[in-house]
Amino acid sequence: MSTLKILVVDDEPGIRSGISRILRNFRVDYPFMDEAFEFDVIEASTGEAGIEIIESNQPDILLLDNKLPGIQGIEVLEYIKKKQKSIIVVMITSYASLELAVKATSDGAYDFIPKPFTPQELKSSIENITKRVFLKKMTNKLQDSGKQIRFTFLSVLSHELKAPLNAIEGYLKMIKERQNGPKLEDYDVMIDRSLDRIKGMRSLILDLLDLTRVESGKAKRNITDVDLVMVARTAMDTMRPYAIQRDVTMNLHHQGTIIIKADAEEMEIIFNNLISNAIKYNKDGGTVDCTLQLNEGCMEINVVDSGIGMTPVETDKIFDDFVRIKNEKTKNITGSGLGLSIVKKLIDNYAGKIEVTSIPDQGSTFNVRLPIDKPCL
Amino acid sequence: MKPGNITILIVDDDKDYLFQLQTKVHNFGFKTITAESQKEAEEILEKTKPDLAILDLMMENEDSGFILCYKMKKKYPDVPIIIATGVAAETGITFDINDENNRKWIKADRFLDKGIRSECLKEEIDNLLLKNNS
Repeated sequence: MSTLKILVVDDEPGIRSGISRILRNFRVDYPFMDEAFEFDVIEASTGEAGIEIIESNQPDILLLDNKLPGIQGIEVLEYIKKKQKSIIVVMITSYASLELAVKATSDGAYDFIPKPFTPQELKSSIENITKRVFLKKMTNKLQDSGKQIRFTFLSVLSHELKAPLNAIEGYLKMIKERQNGPKLEDYDVMIDRSLDRIKGMRSLILDLLDLTRVESGKAKRNITDVDLVMVARTAMDTMRPYAIQRDVTMNLHHQGTIIIKADAEEMEIIFNNLISNAIKYNKDGGTVDCTLQLNEGCMEINVVDSGIGMTPVETDKIFDDFVRIKNEKTKNITGSGLGLSIVKKLIDNYAGKIEVTSIPDQGSTFNVRLPIDKPCL
Repeated sequence: MKPGNITILIVDDDKDYLFQLQTKVHNFGFKTITAESQKEAEEILEKTKPDLAILDLMMENEDSGFILCYKMKKKYPDVPIIIATGVAAETGITFDINDENNRKWIKADRFLDKGIRSECLKEEIDNLLLKNNS
């Protein structure tokens, strides 16, 4: 149960006590709100007294008469606007003046209640305002948690960018101090490791660019007919040198051409990530099978590898930002930890689904389903 | 105790940093054991009691170093532990190491920046070992 503070500024004692009485046992409760609201009424007979209470008591809602003995209601409204107080203001007016209404609205009044009003009129106005206050609270909360996610992302990112820099710097210092003696070839391992770390950093930056593109929105998206077989084949060709190095066989299974409406570049990102992962986390001499098929209004893509596989605990988190499965089997595999989170975000944009099933030491299957003939969200 | 008889456990999942730190500590004259993960370190600690440990913070999990530190202090309360972190900013993720309450349960003896100069690191290690022997 939450309590909202309502300040009533009116010079007529009858109006003030009437409002207090009506709202004393009033509750606002909607199924969609996870809390009910009660009201605490504070009274003031002049605008000056009202402003004092606004400063000391931080009310949520202000019921404001315009015609007051000292400063007018409209001046109280201006004060609130100037001080950028987040109070919802309802004007109580005895006669409807269009001019006043326009002025009050432009100064931020939310609603008008004509005097005299019935208890029901007051209650329904308060009900609407309560809904608004609730939604505003929710929005603030969501924005805060958005900020929190952003902050976590940036902290992890800075860690991921700094780690290779530190490693390279460390090696350069060791070389500078000639820690292994005067012969250059005694530093080959350090130089190779530095080059590897630079490579890893470059791929992280490329992944970050992909991620920025996915997150910054759809403006640059170019939806055309995309031949998925071509995209899959190109991705495999790109990865072939790496597959040959690991003696991994890649197979593509499909019937005829498969065309879907999508952004070609985004489809490339999806296939590149899934296929390069399937090789990276494979065993020497393993296989990668990529199958494309139409299935119940869905474009279904399966990428199956015969690799190291994952435990259920590991599969649960692999689509999150910067998650890398760290264990004995993956310790020599490099990656940014962003690939699958990018893939997931892209597929979400197409109202699609990605799922993984995996058995440790036997391999993983990534299953992607994209709705066809539907433009993207 | 002579440096040559002192064993320092170094745990870090970045194998380059691990190698570099190991080289440094080795050049100080100490013996070293290394582990690349919290899990590997725990296995080592089952059988071995080092004289000092230097732990990375983020390994398998973002708080692996803390967990490891906690477990180690339970098993070997007298072994000093240094937690090596990047800059302070990246510690805001689950814990704030500057928070008094966290320090209390984490129980590390020192929190040092990973970029610390060799001489300073040597001094910190010597101080912790000295305090322990007196």
